[in-house]
Amino acid sequence: MTAEDPVVDVRDLHVTFATDGGDVRAVRGVSLRVEPGEVLAIVGESGSGKTVTARSIIGLLPETATTTGAVVLRRNTDTGASDVLALSPSALRQVRGRDAAMVFQEPSTALNPVFPVGWQIAEGLRAHTGLSRAEAHQAAVDVLRRVGIPDPEARAKYYPHQFSGGQKQRIVIAQALVLDPGLVIADEPTTALDVTVQAEILELLRRLPNEFGTSVVLITHNMGVVADLADTVAVMYDGEIVEQADVRTLFSAPKHPYTRALLDAVPRVGASRRAALATPRAAAPDAAPVVEAKGLTITYPGRLRTAGFTAVDHVDFAIAPGEVLGLVGESGSGKTTIGRAIAGLTPVTGGSLSVLGTQVRGISERRKRPIRRRIGFVFQDPATSFNPLLTIAQCVAEPLVVHGVAGDAREARGKVDELLKAVQLDRTYGDRFPHELSGGQRQRASLARALALDPELLIADEPTSALDVSVQAKVLELFVRMQEELGFACLFISHDLAVVDLVADRIAVLHHGKLVEEGDPAQVLDSPRDPYTQRLLASLPVPDPDEQAERREAWRTLTGVSANVS
Amino acid sequence: MTITNDLAADAVAPAPADDSRGRKGGGALGRYLLVRFLLIFPTVFILVTVVFVLMRATGDPITAALGGRLPPEQLHERIHQAGYDRPILVQYLDYLGRIVRGDFGTTLSDHLPVTKVLTTYGAATLELALYALVVAFLVGIPLGRIAAARRDRLPDAGLRIAAILGYATPVFFAGLLLKLIFSVWLGWLPPNGRASTRDLITMKTHGARTGIYLIDAISTGKWSVVADVLQHAVMPALALGLLTAGVFLRLVRTNMISTLQTGYVEAARSRGVAERRLVRAHAWRPALVPIITVIGLQIAMLLGGAVLTETTFEWKGLGFQLVQYLNARDFVAVQGMVALLAVIVAVTNFIVDVIAALVDPRIRY
Amino acid sequence: MTADIAHAATPPSPEELEPVVTPDHGPRWHRLPIVHQLRSSVGLQRAMLVTGLVLTGLFVLGATFAPLVAPYSWAQLRDGHGLFGAQLPPSSTHLLGTTVGGYDVLSRVVWGSRTALLTIVTAVVLSLFIGVFLGLVSGYFGGWLDRVLVVVADAIYAFPSLLLAIVAAIVISGGQSSMWNGILAAAISITVVFVPQYFRVVRSEVVRVKSEAFVESARVIGSSSARIMTRHVLRNSVRTLPLIMTLNCSEAILTLAGLGFLGFGIEPSSAAEWGYDLNKALADVTAGIWWTAVFPGIAIVLTVLGITLVGESLNDLADPRLRIRRAAGGKRAKGRVPDEPTNQPEEAR
Repeated sequence: MTAEDPVVDVRDLHVTFATDGGDVRAVRGVSLRVEPGEVLAIVGESGSGKTVTARSIIGLLPETATTTGAVVLRRNTDTGASDVLALSPSALRQVRGRDAAMVFQEPSTALNPVFPVGWQIAEGLRAHTGLSRAEAHQAAVDVLRRVGIPDPEARAKYYPHQFSGGQKQRIVIAQALVLDPGLVIADEPTTALDVTVQAEILELLRRLPNEFGTSVVLITHNMGVVADLADTVAVMYDGEIVEQADVRTLFSAPKHPYTRALLDAVPRVGASRRAALATPRAAAPDAAPVVEAKGLTITYPGRLRTAGFTAVDHVDFAIAPGEVLGLVGESGSGKTTIGRAIAGLTPVTGGSLSVLGTQVRGISERRKRPIRRRIGFVFQDPATSFNPLLTIAQCVAEPLVVHGVAGDAREARGKVDELLKAVQLDRTYGDRFPHELSGGQRQRASLARALALDPELLIADEPTSALDVSVQAKVLELFVRMQEELGFACLFISHDLAVVDLVADRIAVLHHGKLVEEGDPAQVLDSPRDPYTQRLLASLPVPDPDEQAERREAWRTLTGVSANVS
Repeated sequence: MTITNDLAADAVAPAPADDSRGRKGGGALGRYLLVRFLLIFPTVFILVTVVFVLMRATGDPITAALGGRLPPEQLHERIHQAGYDRPILVQYLDYLGRIVRGDFGTTLSDHLPVTKVLTTYGAATLELALYALVVAFLVGIPLGRIAAARRDRLPDAGLRIAAILGYATPVFFAGLLLKLIFSVWLGWLPPNGRASTRDLITMKTHGARTGIYLIDAISTGKWSVVADVLQHAVMPALALGLLTAGVFLRLVRTNMISTLQTGYVEAARSRGVAERRLVRAHAWRPALVPIITVIGLQIAMLLGGAVLTETTFEWKGLGFQLVQYLNARDFVAVQGMVALLAVIVAVTNFIVDVIAALVDPRIRY
Repeated sequence: MTADIAHAATPPSPEELEPVVTPDHGPRWHRLPIVHQLRSSVGLQRAMLVTGLVLTGLFVLGATFAPLVAPYSWAQLRDGHGLFGAQLPPSSTHLLGTTVGGYDVLSRVVWGSRTALLTIVTAVVLSLFIGVFLGLVSGYFGGWLDRVLVVVADAIYAFPSLLLAIVAAIVISGGQSSMWNGILAAAISITVVFVPQYFRVVRSEVVRVKSEAFVESARVIGSSSARIMTRHVLRNSVRTLPLIMTLNCSEAILTLAGLGFLGFGIEPSSAAEWGYDLNKALADVTAGIWWTAVFPGIAIVLTVLGITLVGESLNDLADPRLRIRRAAGGKRAKGRVPDEPTNQPEEAR
């Protein structure tokens, strides 16, 4: 064995799960090699088997799984290697953390809420080495410093809830690095994070091979993240690797049709800008706006004399009839609150908000009804926005029944079938229950329900963020076509600049409850004036390795991070 | 993509964006404890009111106790003297006022202040409850951890069935069986009471009178007295303790199983932490918070079990006394004792919540 | 999902890429509550469920057919040959002996199941209606009424339930009474204890369901509060209730027995009640007369055991984290499955 041997060599791996619906063959004949210092990205959509493949490298599969094949992992202690799938439980325990360690998707669930973070890092060390409590604690402080936690001596004694999301993910990475493993497996390490935080974590992950001498297996669905980090890429679909290539080859000349379809589906800023393509659709400028906010302020009351939380702070904007306003911001920016306030789900506490000509501040539930008839709403998570006990047809018929257009769901069925057809769902789907539809189908049905009463205004709150990218593309396309046909005005809320760019006539950027920039997409996205918008744009990884390398430099300049920071 | 509620987005450079969060933590705990403490008062108020409404819904206690036994004029005289002919609202306010001053009423049957009943018999109940808790903690918690760690294997199956059996057996039936086996058939243990008469006199002559017999017996310095007291305590402690142990076992098992399945235990496992250590530290501490809260509720439930246990073993504590008053239809005594117990329960739950807050750093900071 | 779509020559459309679960239901009776769980259970969980069902079945049968099963009536002291006699040991005429009052133990044990069944059904039905109604209204509308009800329910919930039942029993029956009065009194006493429990469970479910997107979407559509509560919130909030009901049935039996043991049960001439018989057996035990205590006691234990086993197994089977599954290789296994298709049918709960 020499240093040139792969860090991990997966040979013909098969993983089968026992489920209520019978056996599921999650991974079928996967072979992979990760060389020393290499970053291998495994990409695929939900259910492709990418996470299962990665977890089998450290034998972290539930007991319902049966595996065949071999996962040969190089040992960190000598130059040998061991087949993880054939190890005894105690030998497997030795391998975990020492030879390969894992970074999890959701940092808030990967950290134990009742122990200080330093203790948690030290636990991994003490499981493998004979270090004393004090020595292990010192090692934990050191690794915290190396992943960029300021004042690590003091903060090692802090509990997880005292850190922000990005810092928690740094701590999770520190936990993985503390034993100097040969391989770090990062399972969607930035999916739970905002895009500006994601950029920082990606910067940290990039330093791993050089500064920590580890190889990385990166699991992700985000092609931008792949372009940013990976050396080689394996594309998984339905439990198999359909294509494997180095990152430049894969992005410039994808061979497999699935890879091509996947890359085509990724939205890119400026690629197919709607505002530039379409003829101006907004009505005459003197037409009364559908929504007009002046100094809009929304404060959530505090409890027991604590100060309230101001989610929206003196925001002015207007939506003209037939216009699509894209509202962009990160979590906590107040974008969802604005959508909910327009729909009357959250009370307005300051300023004025006029919807379809009615002032909604302080309005009674009864007087909201006529406004709601003229508004449609599409929710973020299609899995929860349908009553699980009603059929799709009953759900779509609900607005018709409530507003007396039809007596009951049966009577409304003709109209429901028309609506389903309009969103490209077969009428037989109407008889199914929500859980019997896929995410994309549910979100189309959700659009059908929102459009049932032919609304003048549609509020779409992150309508595609729970969907896989290929499904997202299809739903967005449908949305654009419906909007052109029906001409409703729309508030389109999203955290994804590229998605908003695809659909919006105008873009407004929110940051901590304040509107920082507003304008047409070309102006906001191509030459942003506000520093926050600039940072947001620079943080967004693009699915092109060369372009992303340039953007990364721009991001470093903008945020003052030096490229060879240690 | 998950949009978290985390309002604090990361600063651009890894700056200490939320340094202040840790500092102001002490005030949050203080406020929590204060609010929790103030909650005692409405709780007591509600329970006292519920008891008052229930007890007085059907009439006055004097008619209940003496109706039919006294001529109507005398009965009216007694009712008038006790003030039970005033408007119900006046009586209620009067009753509340007395409780605020610590007056829970005077029993009809033996003219004792209810607070005196508490001081006389409270020690016996406290002693029984402490024994039972010791048994429950020693048996229930370790076995619950074993069951969770060995989930769905043989030890777990056996322990679960034992716990369900323990739950299904009423404490008085368990007591009867114990008596039948260990007193009647085997003759090892005394069937009733807290101490034999001779040793009771020994304790009294030594002057030590905490009411907790174990302490009194030890203070006599005679091992035979201690042994006698302990022999009397074995069966009541087991009957009540094992019942509670079954509840603890199930509680610990369920909470441990759910924490053993969390992401952070999985994460610790992925770093090679041994299974034993996962069970003992990583899963145990987070499970402890809900366990402590429910144990607090169980201590209150223990009082209900104590009534039955004391009746079974003629253990002369509050529960035994309560049943005596019930049988004498002395509802003033019953109302007073129940109201007093409400105060004890409310205070116990407050103490338990304070302990839970001290264990959980999310409340502490 | 079609098998090798990724190898097809044409690029698959996104629609084909999405996994769609076409549910295969099987015969309709397979989806009936208990039957479904029985079919999906394995090993120990199945054994627990079957044992529980058998014991519960025996209890219900005994209660229903008491006149046929029991050799004598619950209050019968004599037959054609004269008085039975008190405290007789088990014999061929009295299989389980006679009590201190001269009743036949076997007959009172059998008839006792009828009293127990009537009490728990009345208690659970009463507390269910009151608790669900209060929980729904309180959780949905919130406000000061909700806060008051929560504090009241919490206060009552924290109080020893037996003591509360005693207080209620005194009020309702004044101590002792006839069969129906006694059953009603015991049932209402238990109801007082259970209402806060149902209230808490339903309210917290309602509060959870209320913030779900599908209820918000009903609000945005403009549905009235009454329509949202009945059509969307109620049915989605009561899914866990069957489990709690089962567990409460066992608690009801224990409370009834406890009341009886303390002397707040039902007169022996009105109906047979296990707790009362145990109270009367207290003195017998010291004298070595075991049959008067052991048999009613065993009846309580087996009944509670049966119902609890059913409840516990249903609880385990409903929670995917606790359910044991058949493993891929045929062995038993358990636990979560990552990346498993998320569109699992849910209606089975």
